[in-house]
Amino acid sequence: MLDTLEISQAATSLNLLHEKTQVLLKLEICGLEDNTVRFRITELETRRPRFEASDVLVGSPRTYRLSVEKQTTEELMLLGRDSLRISVSAHPFRIDVLSGGELVTSVNARGLLLFEHSRTRGNTGKEETASEEKTQDESPEGEEKAHEEEPDLGTDEKENQEEMTEEEEEGTWEESFKSHHDSKPYGPMSVGLDFSLPGFEDVYGIPEHADSFRLRTTSSGDPYRLYNLDVFQYELENPMALYGSVPYLVAHSPERTLGLFWLNPTETWIDIASNTAGKTVFGKMLDFVRSANEGPQMDVRWMSESGIVDAFLLLGPLPTDVFRQYAALAGTQALPPLFALAYHQSRWNYNDEDDVLAVDAGFDKHNLPMDVIWLDIEHTDGKRYFTWDSNKFPNPADMQNHIAGKRRKMVTIVDPHLKVDSSYSVYNEAYSRGYLVKNKGGGDYEGWCWPGSAAYLDFLNPEVRDWYASKFAYDSYLGSTDILFTWNDMNEPSVFNGPEVTLHKDALHHGGWEHRDVHNLYGFYQQWGTVGGQLRRSGGNERPFVLARAFFAGSQRFGAVWTGDNLGEWSHLKASISMVLSLNLCGLSFSGADIGGFFKNPSTELLVRWYQAGAYQPLFRAHAHIDTARREPWIFGSDTTALVRTALRERYALLPYWYTVFYWAYRSGMPVMRALWIEFPKEEQTFMIEDEYMIGNALLVHPVTEAASRGVNVYLPGAHEVWYDVHTQKKYSGGQEIYYPVKLSTIPVFQRGGTIIPRKDRPRRSSACMSADPYTLYIALDDQKSAEGELYMDDEHSFNFEKQNEYQLRHFLFKGGTLKASVSSHIPPGKYSSTEWLERIVIVGIAQPMMSVLLKQPGSQDAPLAYEYTPELSSLIVRRPGVRLTAEWTIVIR
Amino acid sequence: GLPSTLRMTVGWQLERPLYDETKNFTCLDGSKSIPFDQVNDDYCDCPDGTDEPGTAACPNGFFHCTNAGFRPQNIHSSLVNDGICDCCDTTDEYNSGVICENSCKELGRKEHELLAKQAEVAAEGFKLKATRKLVGLREAKKDWEIKVSKLQTFKEETEVPEKEAKEKHRQEWEGILLCSLSSPSCTLHVVAFVLVFLRKTKKPEEDREMPPYDEATQALIDGKTFSIKIMIVDLEKELSLDLGRNGEFAYMYGKCFEMTTPEYIYRICPFNKIVQKPKSGGTETSLGSWGMWVDLGSNNYSQMKYDHGTACWQGPSRSTLVKLTCGRETVVTSTVEPSRCEYAMEMQTPALCQESRLQKQHGDEWQQAHSEL
Repeated sequence: MLDTLEISQAATSLNLLHEKTQVLLKLEICGLEDNTVRFRITELETRRPRFEASDVLVGSPRTYRLSVEKQTTEELMLLGRDSLRISVSAHPFRIDVLSGGELVTSVNARGLLLFEHSRTRGNTGKEETASEEKTQDESPEGEEKAHEEEPDLGTDEKENQEEMTEEEEEGTWEESFKSHHDSKPYGPMSVGLDFSLPGFEDVYGIPEHADSFRLRTTSSGDPYRLYNLDVFQYELENPMALYGSVPYLVAHSPERTLGLFWLNPTETWIDIASNTAGKTVFGKMLDFVRSANEGPQMDVRWMSESGIVDAFLLLGPLPTDVFRQYAALAGTQALPPLFALAYHQSRWNYNDEDDVLAVDAGFDKHNLPMDVIWLDIEHTDGKRYFTWDSNKFPNPADMQNHIAGKRRKMVTIVDPHLKVDSSYSVYNEAYSRGYLVKNKGGGDYEGWCWPGSAAYLDFLNPEVRDWYASKFAYDSYLGSTDILFTWNDMNEPSVFNGPEVTLHKDALHHGGWEHRDVHNLYGFYQQWGTVGGQLRRSGGNERPFVLARAFFAGSQRFGAVWTGDNLGEWSHLKASISMVLSLNLCGLSFSGADIGGFFKNPSTELLVRWYQAGAYQPLFRAHAHIDTARREPWIFGSDTTALVRTALRERYALLPYWYTVFYWAYRSGMPVMRALWIEFPKEEQTFMIEDEYMIGNALLVHPVTEAASRGVNVYLPGAHEVWYDVHTQKKYSGGQEIYYPVKLSTIPVFQRGGTIIPRKDRPRRSSACMSADPYTLYIALDDQKSAEGELYMDDEHSFNFEKQNEYQLRHFLFKGGTLKASVSSHIPPGKYSSTEWLERIVIVGIAQPMMSVLLKQPGSQDAPLAYEYTPELSSLIVRRPGVRLTAEWTIVIR
Repeated sequence: GLPSTLRMTVGWQLERPLYDETKNFTCLDGSKSIPFDQVNDDYCDCPDGTDEPGTAACPNGFFHCTNAGFRPQNIHSSLVNDGICDCCDTTDEYNSGVICENSCKELGRKEHELLAKQAEVAAEGFKLKATRKLVGLREAKKDWEIKVSKLQTFKEETEVPEKEAKEKHRQEWEGILLCSLSSPSCTLHVVAFVLVFLRKTKKPEEDREMPPYDEATQALIDGKTFSIKIMIVDLEKELSLDLGRNGEFAYMYGKCFEMTTPEYIYRICPFNKIVQKPKSGGTETSLGSWGMWVDLGSNNYSQMKYDHGTACWQGPSRSTLVKLTCGRETVVTSTVEPSRCEYAMEMQTPALCQESRLQKQHGDEWQQAHSEL
């Protein structure tokens, strides 16, 4: 109904009429700053409001006024910034988005818009509730079929599907799954919409799935499902739901990158179809001959159980643009304290204080760096979080002080369920204040989890989060100290005896919302509350560190996530790369997988390979199930210890680089761990690669993920790039696949020519012990004999970088034989002061004969520096420049 | 870098001649020569790390602390100036800003006391061990040997009727076999045997196996001789037990020792079994039966392995590693479960006490170091 058009700064809105039911929907189209469009579809009149996940967004997105270019009764053409045009057609309803004169997205092109309007039971005829709603003015016969294919959103298991479809009439108003019952008091409420993406063949994202990074088409199986669940021993290559959900998809082609963010925290299914997938090359050629216009196209269809249609189209066009556009909506990665980027030693469980001290001493004895020791559920008094088992941990503060004396940290687990026990003060208080999730009858929901009978905190309520935060105060969480950080596990939430091991969908939250309306946000809100607790205990000065298993879009603002309870098998090591790549693409840069695998005992070889891979993933944490054998690195003999030591040392040496890359993730939303196509967006060979990746823009890593491997095939992208093996300094040219032989000690890592990487090469027992250590700059020259890089520095633990501008972003440029150190112009200059100095410069790819290396500093005489040149490797080592990293200087090589 | 006053002293081992200020320095592995002012200049020149004995510059170097009053020590270079005192004389933290107290004297005193106490315990334990060993073991072993030989004889005697009965049975069976080949030689007796036999089995002509012994014969086999056999096996097992180089662990055999934690009572019966019993009551869980000595070669009777205990749910059967140390008494000092169903027990016993020259020596060293101060 284009005559209902209203235009304001905030949105362009118009009404949609469903022909059969005469239900009116409101469509809003918002132009957002930075080449982004938002589509919202809500009910114009409703019996019951629908949940809107506004907490996911970092603020109200900044809108601008779209102007009408053309309007008829059948079509509306809106004009936005950055050559954006939005065409709205009335019959049938369809939106086409054009950017730069090109059609980039069509909304509802397949007519799959679905909006089950609110209704009361019995008011609408059976016939109508059973059939799905269409919001088109015209209903061509062909479209009806699409509805038949629609999975019943309430259906939880594939094998039940047939049965469910038959019972659809019944399932509409209430439904049973196994022995569980869902009362569905508000009836069907699902929403859905399809997006056609012409010109795209490759789509990624929508984590978390134990599946390939590049998404598969779902025409031959289940759609991808997003519904946070505690899955026991999850299967690989499966679109089933896992612990976390980010309903954000990224499409990429050599010409353009595009983001599609479906802001809906309810159970969501995504169907992906392609008009090229499955076609043979010959078939594609036929298409080409037949019609030059019909290019490739991906179709993405979203379906959610309740809530509203709230979709963001991020128009790029470059990968970096899309990351920035997504960051403007869901926020960026919280900058972790440096220790959190170092190595974490976890196990279910370190049994008692002596055990903890012995593990700590073991790392020192074997000269292995380690930063954090973790305590799983057994450390508590009967799984009552915020307490300690008084037999096993009689003096937790003394234990932490001992660990603090090694400049290390600790983490304890704090799950969202509370033991139902009137003598447990946290439960008691939550109970008497009414802070618990309710069952459909209004009583406190009780489920079964680690402590036995358990209640679930209602983190949706801001008051509960605030109260929860107060539980982390030192005088409330007795035995906690300032080196103790937090792990939120089981926050899907896991309910052992609930449907699909989670809360009933008709359980009730603050504000009368049903659990179905907010399910995928439960973990998000718990992590938020926990972060609040850590902030409060330090007066907002210290950066929190909280690891969560469940997550949603925006969880990156609160800390880290991991891929949950994986298996100690080679296939899971390999899958960890795809899974962490997907998380990184969708904002969750600080993520990783349990080193060694959670379940099962890995072979020694697998454990070593996992350490090597984990050293090059953002979150580097070893963890193991209570039934597994001990696997601290020294248990397998001195050879294995040495191999693990090397992997750990590589991680620690590169911490300045990791920290700098994380700073950019925090600052701009660029992922830390990047698929090759993010760095090489025009190179189609990279679109399918997911067994190697980049850390930042400078390091390419190809972990060995197979047993008894003698070599790996490494694709080195970029026809004009050069790459250097970081261990041998051997040079390779880009745009080729090489066979790279490996031994058990080999971690295939390459530095990209044209980059400068800061390292701290002195091994220490923990990252804090490295704080005053000198740096080495690794300069890898490109074919123009130049290179560039940055180093981010601050106090590595507080918010002074934000509050007092106490940071330094240093810029290094090597060009024409001169290395120049200056303050980076990318951000305003900071005022962090530091005495850290430059111990060494390593330059690879430098071929000219050397006469002298001179250090030039303002106000000082030029000083010659000693150096060592290795012609076979074209590598130059400059000895002890001794200058401060925060100073301005140049080094001239002649 | 290092302040010049420290530069010549910090982190150096006593072999000063290696570091001669008047000459170029050659890395101890001989790989390189560098000007002496590059020694301890906080930059690693030598691949073996020997040019930086006083700094953290080399990843593979060592720092020497004298620790006057205590023991000298070589620590990893990575621990130098890392903000944590590793040397009791605090010399490893000369430039990190951290302030530590010199604890060498105190440590020396404590160690001296500890060693003295240990030596005392060891001496007592050693005495105890010696007496126990002399009184107990050899006699016991002889006894056993006598018992075994007696039992052997007895066994042979008691086996005579059994053998005869078996022989009879066999002969009769052979008779049947002959009978089926040449019928004239069959006697009535044999026919009767066959009839009885046919009733018991289905296909005699195919089996051609000797039928079971009759009840009387079987009783002879099952009876005395069998139990004697078991006794012999048991005794032979005991005799074959490795009860220490001089049988010093024999006194433990047949005894049990307990240890109580807030949750459980652990009981070890050396060379037999280990069990765990919940304090709240309930059934005993076996943490393993006697397996073997571990690492006999290097560690000399200090680790016992007990295995094949009660199986864990969906897991392996329980096992326990018992670590033995010298002590005045035989006591279990700790029991932990580092991995699920893999227990570690610590136990003290006089059997491991040595009359140690090493301990004496330590005492002397300490006296010497102490008097130097």
